[in-house]
Amino acid sequence: MIKKCDVVVIGGGPAGMAAALAADKKGAKVLLVERDGRLGGILNQCIHAGFGLHYFGEELTGPEYAHRFVLEVGKTDIEVLLNTMVLSLSDDRKLTALSPEFGLVHIEAGAVVLAMGCRERTAGAIALAGTRPAGIYTAGMAQKMCNVEGYLVGKRVVILGSGDIGLIMARRMTLEGAKVERVIELMPYSSGLKRNIVQCLEDFGIPIDYSHTVTRVVGKPRMEGLYYAPVGADRKPVLSEEKFIECDCLLLSVGLIPENDLLTDTSVEIASVTSGAVVDERRMTSVKGVFSCGNVLHVHDLVDNVSHEAETAGAAAADYAFGKYSPSAVRYRVNAGKGVRYALPQLLNAGEGEAEIFYRVDNVYRNPKIVVESGGKTLCSKKRPVLAPGEMEKVTLNLTSVTGDVTLRLEM
Amino acid sequence: MSYDVMVVGGGIVGCAVADRLARLDLSVILLERDDDVASYATRANSGIVHAGYDCEPGTAKARFNVRGNAMMWNLAEELDVPCRKCGSLVVAPEEGLEGLEELKRKADSNGVVTEILDREGTLKKEPNVSDNVAYALYAPEAGVISPYQLAIALADRAVLNGAEVVTEAEVTAISRENNLWRAHTPKGTFDAKYVVNCAGPEAAAVNGFVGEEVYETEYRRGDYFVLDNTEGKNVSTVIFPLPTAAGKGILVAPTADGNVIYGPTSVPTYDGDTAVTAEALDEIRRSVPLTYARPAFNKCIRIYCGVRTVIGHDFIIRKSDRAENFVMACGICSPGLTSAPAIAEYIEELLVSCGMERRPKADAVTVMPRKLRLESLSEERLNTLVKENPAWGKIVCRCEKVTEAEIVEAIHSPVPATTVDAVKRRVRAGMGRCQGGFCATRVMEIISRETGMPLDEIRKGIGHSEIAVLAVKEADYD
Repeated sequence: MIKKCDVVVIGGGPAGMAAALAADKKGAKVLLVERDGRLGGILNQCIHAGFGLHYFGEELTGPEYAHRFVLEVGKTDIEVLLNTMVLSLSDDRKLTALSPEFGLVHIEAGAVVLAMGCRERTAGAIALAGTRPAGIYTAGMAQKMCNVEGYLVGKRVVILGSGDIGLIMARRMTLEGAKVERVIELMPYSSGLKRNIVQCLEDFGIPIDYSHTVTRVVGKPRMEGLYYAPVGADRKPVLSEEKFIECDCLLLSVGLIPENDLLTDTSVEIASVTSGAVVDERRMTSVKGVFSCGNVLHVHDLVDNVSHEAETAGAAAADYAFGKYSPSAVRYRVNAGKGVRYALPQLLNAGEGEAEIFYRVDNVYRNPKIVVESGGKTLCSKKRPVLAPGEMEKVTLNLTSVTGDVTLRLEM
Repeated sequence: MSYDVMVVGGGIVGCAVADRLARLDLSVILLERDDDVASYATRANSGIVHAGYDCEPGTAKARFNVRGNAMMWNLAEELDVPCRKCGSLVVAPEEGLEGLEELKRKADSNGVVTEILDREGTLKKEPNVSDNVAYALYAPEAGVISPYQLAIALADRAVLNGAEVVTEAEVTAISRENNLWRAHTPKGTFDAKYVVNCAGPEAAAVNGFVGEEVYETEYRRGDYFVLDNTEGKNVSTVIFPLPTAAGKGILVAPTADGNVIYGPTSVPTYDGDTAVTAEALDEIRRSVPLTYARPAFNKCIRIYCGVRTVIGHDFIIRKSDRAENFVMACGICSPGLTSAPAIAEYIEELLVSCGMERRPKADAVTVMPRKLRLESLSEERLNTLVKENPAWGKIVCRCEKVTEAEIVEAIHSPVPATTVDAVKRRVRAGMGRCQGGFCATRVMEIISRETGMPLDEIRKGIGHSEIAVLAVKEADYD
């Protein structure tokens, strides 16, 4: 089967739905491809509240947030393919997908929006030593088991890593009757949101050990406990201070990786820091007509930001499909300077209007100043009480003032 | 229930023996301790089909390795098991030439084709050997195979040919009843005229049940890294260092399924210790760069550890001179995987010499039905399959592109897969870079639907490894 459209959106989570709606609003014929049996993506398993404060100005659960977009999609002519997995993508925007309804589907699109989200780093990826028993799961899998299937995966739980899903699951499993012994974080700071540290750990008296790591897991076929130890400046465990905790479950919240495996056969440039595409302010990648947004581009803390970013990408994709968008001849690089881990977009088209630059810092800084420079001028300089890696920040630039490559850096 | 032959142990040797005997006009039963065949050494080794150049000439290892290699490729074709005859290189620095020449002499006396290559010749076979590699011993007959898929396919064929495979049936004692051997297991007792002991780490203990020699057994752990399949393109052959007394050394190899492995270590341990240690991982991190120029430890998707069962310096494959109709295969460490088909062939001879009648079964299955894999299907064929069964159009494991239809088939295969790990070993769902993070729950749902087992009884693998331990809102902690 062959399907032709102006814009194909890969992934029907929050990013994909917002991108599809934005493209539709521009009059594009949109195809939205989702591998699961329903739209909403990972939001469907995030039954806690805290979504939508920025986008809707009210506090929603994940499924509620997703549902608002599902209803909007239902009001449009957007064609949705469920249970359909995109198998290949080429630079000339030809895709193949597999669907239980149509078999192999060939898609030819004027523009492509990548919105595949991210996956969790695993025990294997961090080469976690010890046995490999039942009881070691990613926090997201435990979340799905708990909130969708209705089962807990452990009774005495330790969480390695302080990513937001891990923190959320610390609270969730506690509420469901499990005992969460502690959270162990390799770094001297959390990679999650401050509000989650407060609401999910401190409010429940769950301790967090910073600068610690799990050294090995014991037990077979079920986990019986684990050893953990403080780490030195080299982040290697100090084994003489190793301690044992009895537990039947270790949840991992040790990082999220944009799922860009589909790009193998394309020439989309990938940024090594984000593991997502290099994009301009309209979220176009290095391959013309291919756009990226949401967690497949860079991992966000808040779905509200994902929706906004996806709307930018979706609208730009429709413009591209209609021949109304092409990158300018002059483009500036956005560089991450001292104290800044990454800044996105990485490219700016010379022109008019405003552009938001999102960035993350590489450590916890108190009273730093974020300084943005371009063409030898300081475009902005803002003092902040605290900046932490777990919180994405942004600055807004007036594009007319950008006259050369842009650098974001911190001044202490 | 009484059988002609009882095979104790469902590792690679036990499965090969059961498969071979099931094609004769005999009733065969295989008793396996764990929840699935291929659950111990067979599932956690290097998966190398060794050429046979490094075995001491004149040993059982040399004999069975060389014969096993010759049998393997056709066997894999019959059974539709992934394999690649990719050749192997033992690489050495400038001063290692003498060691390679000694290996070459062993190869010659074992009748194994090898060739010593200089650096230029080596680079033609494997562009990514490390800079200090000056020479290599090339063995074109070597390759890789999926060891657990081979054992499972052998067991499946045995079942199709009438054998019975009983899992979670650890033999805890053997008694003599009415001129038959009686095995006592948690699943009841089983009687047979002949017993073949292929019990791997427990083989010495099983010998003891019938008054045979309880061999002193050593166990040696081997730890591995598994790399993402994006690394597969960087490794064309199996790369060994020069062997030492401890074994063949830490290798870099493609796997039959397209990944790459680094390992194994060789550390004395006790039976059942498959915990990976940080020291072992560090040893591999230090060793790999000595032979391979593109180590990519950051592409690791899994680490694992297997245990070798070592008795003296050679395999012990013989019939008992103390217990009637009792045949043993003990101390089957490396190259046990490669040797397995030849060991099974020899065990059949031993049984015949005990008086077992050898009459081929008229309608025995030899060529197994081809397993359909998404990537090898033509568009037309795929569309027809999807039309007949929409499960062919539904990808469950996105990393390895495994469809629901393949998973359902695995669950209902001759040796059924009823755990998440058993499904993973058969169709690779959960073997990819997300390690089942997305698909494990869906695999559980499918197992539950297909078998009628409730979700909280679905296990990861061996023993009490249930994944769902408590229903939400029914928690009864303390």
